[in-house]
Amino acid sequence: MTENILEVQGLTKHFMLDNDTVSRIAGKTRTLKAVDGIDFFIKRGETLGLVGESGCGKSTTARLITRLVEPSAGNVMLEGENILDFNRSQMQDVRKKVQLVFQDPYSSLNPRKTIMQILSRPLEVHNLATTWSEKRHRVLELLGLVGLAEEHADRYPHEFSGGQRQRIAIARALAVSPELIIGDEPVSALDVSIQAQILNLFRDLQEKFSLTYLFIAHDLSVIRHISDRVAVMYVGKIVEAGGVEDIFERPQHPYTKALLEAVPEADPDKPPPHLVLKGEVATPIDPPPGCRLCARCPLADDYCAEVSPELRDTGDGRYVACHKV
Amino acid sequence: MAETVLELDDLTIRFKLKRGELTAVNGVSFKVKRGETFGLVGESGSGKTVTARSIMRLVPTPPGEIVRGKVLFEGDSVYDKSDQEMREMRGKKVAMVFQEPMSALNPVFTVGDQIGDALRTNLGMTKQEANERVVELLQLVGIPSPASRLDSYVHEFSGGMRQRVMLAMALSCDPTFLIADEPTTALDVTIQAVILDLITQMIDRFGMSLIFITHNLGVVAHACDTIGVMYASHIVELGDKRELFKNPQHPYTQGLLNSIPRLDQQSKYLTPIKGLVCNMMSPPTGCKFHPRCDHAMDVCRKEIPQLKEVAPGHFAACHLHN
Ligand SMILES: Nc1ncnc2c1ncn2[C@@H]1O[C@H](COP(=O)(O)OP(=O)(O)OP(=O)(O)O)[C@@H](O)[C@H]1O
Ligand SMILES: Nc1ncnc2c1ncn2[C@@H]1O[C@H](COP(=O)(O)OP(=O)(O)O)[C@@H](O)[C@H]1O
Ligand code: SF4
Ligand code: SF4
Ligand SMILES: [Mg+2]
Ligand SMILES: [Mg+2]
Repeated sequence: MTENILEVQGLTKHFMLDNDTVSRIAGKTRTLKAVDGIDFFIKRGETLGLVGESGCGKSTTARLITRLVEPSAGNVMLEGENILDFNRSQMQDVRKKVQLVFQDPYSSLNPRKTIMQILSRPLEVHNLATTWSEKRHRVLELLGLVGLAEEHADRYPHEFSGGQRQRIAIARALAVSPELIIGDEPVSALDVSIQAQILNLFRDLQEKFSLTYLFIAHDLSVIRHISDRVAVMYVGKIVEAGGVEDIFERPQHPYTKALLEAVPEADPDKPPPHLVLKGEVATPIDPPPGCRLCARCPLADDYCAEVSPELRDTGDGRYVACHKV
Repeated sequence: MAETVLELDDLTIRFKLKRGELTAVNGVSFKVKRGETFGLVGESGSGKTVTARSIMRLVPTPPGEIVRGKVLFEGDSVYDKSDQEMREMRGKKVAMVFQEPMSALNPVFTVGDQIGDALRTNLGMTKQEANERVVELLQLVGIPSPASRLDSYVHEFSGGMRQRVMLAMALSCDPTFLIADEPTTALDVTIQAVILDLITQMIDRFGMSLIFITHNLGVVAHACDTIGVMYASHIVELGDKRELFKNPQHPYTQGLLNSIPRLDQQSKYLTPIKGLVCNMMSPPTGCKFHPRCDHAMDVCRKEIPQLKEVAPGHFAACHLHN
């Protein structure tokens, strides 16, 4: 199975900041390059992990792929077709194939609706169940799939813990029998003991329904656990992508290496976190030309400061954006 | 052996709320020695922050109430201090870095005034002296060109820099004891590594004691000497870091360590703790962990287990050790 369910080409989102104080004082519009020309693909049935520090553009990427935000440039090819050319009714079909699960289990569920109503909604929108008993039957089935019980159907979101709410959000995504689920930090807000339950649930469901995942997280051990392949993002760019073993055992990009060294492992006998990068994460607002890592990279030279490195295929399914690799 | 600087003895704190009562901290006892780093870990809502704030008498009363127990700092009961003595302790000896830097920093003051203010009131410095000291402190915590940052406001800083300003402020009065409540949780790993390194350096340099609160077991594994594990208002296990990681004795600690995905290998499934996080408004009877514990026995549903020494310096509160 080598078919790519999703292929993203030159995907770009620039936000124009023309109304904020700094821009007004400076008298010019500044550009926030949230996502700046990224390429990646996801094979059917696999999990692509997207990892990067806060503000690097992970959520924006998720929103662009689902057209919750319109891209400034680029293509989003779903099963070979560019969904950016799609009309409303074609997008309706896309929403049946691609579902999003968000980080915040508290704000993503309507507090005034029962779980029954929340899970019935997608069934109604996509005409998947018409009669009350059909809906009820499917909702109870969905609750079972995510490890909740029948008695939960008539309760409201506030009666559930964070982990349970995330189960409900996953059930809602499953309601339309999607092919691709995008999880935007779906376990980041959960306590470790609960996070492990939800990660196992993601695994089970993938197996049961041959799902494909784009799994976004900032926690590297979560990414290692869940992914088949990994893409590493830094300030709007993908700096490295490849198989999970390659990325974690043989990282090539200076940023990936630094990231892995900075993670404190939950084992006092492992080497302590080590800092290779100096300074702060670069800003995506009017970034200077050249490599985004330039100011922090121990290998940087004048050329890095002038020319932004392209993501290159380095063979064996690996991609790296660095002049020194 | 170094002397004990801080001692919590049977500390019990309750909140009286409209919806009912909630015991946030329940019979918590531990000691911190001079120069020691004590890590407090546990799930969200387990009582870590309330424990930490109680040391500084910063738990709001009402709705909070100290039901039992004491907090001894350098041998003196914190809750018997006069307001004047309390100001002395907060200003000169014990400093706290909060979970949310923005809630502790004032948005309308410049960074220079904010840190300098404490120096002038607590240490009686002049404006000029205070400014010089602030520049020194900002330099110490790694803020580039500190002199030019005196007139900046905190909202102009990134999360990592705000956390450094917090740290500079905490260090401004040369505290001998630092309480850091999730100082790196909101930060990215590369910045977290910088802040952790900075805190470790400060401790080595000034011989400070530290209470480090976090739910990140990776962070405690490297930043702490001794670890206390909290579950639903109780300390359930306490001991040397290495001992705790290599030889955990409480089923909750064991479950926690098994739940973490590993960075050095991939496994198909994780081993989570079953069940839900404890509801603090209506906790289970006996051992609060019993609904989630694979070893639960009859006695677990009836009696709250007390901390017992299971190996030298290693304590666990579990009926399996009776
Ligand atoms: N001012 C307050 N009024 C009422 N209840 C409170 C107050 N402060 C804390 N609590 C309650 O006390 C319990 C312990 O809270 P605490 O903030 O100590 O948890 P924590 O372990 O620090 O959690 P986290 O990891 O989320 O920071 C919680 O149930 C919380 O809701
Ligand atoms: N609607 C918006 N307007 C302006 N800037 C935005 C908007 N949405 C996101 N951004 C900015 O784009 C960058 C990437 O954000 P995001 O994709 O949310 O990052 P991540 O999910 O990786 O933390 C950030 O600098 C963020 O502030
Ligand atoms: S291109 Fe240059 S600055 Fe960028 S990561 Fe490679 S070596 Fe470092
Ligand atoms: S006291 Fe009983 S329920 Fe509690 S942790 Fe020990 S064995 Fe489990
Ligand atoms: Mg995000
Ligand atoms: Mg807290």
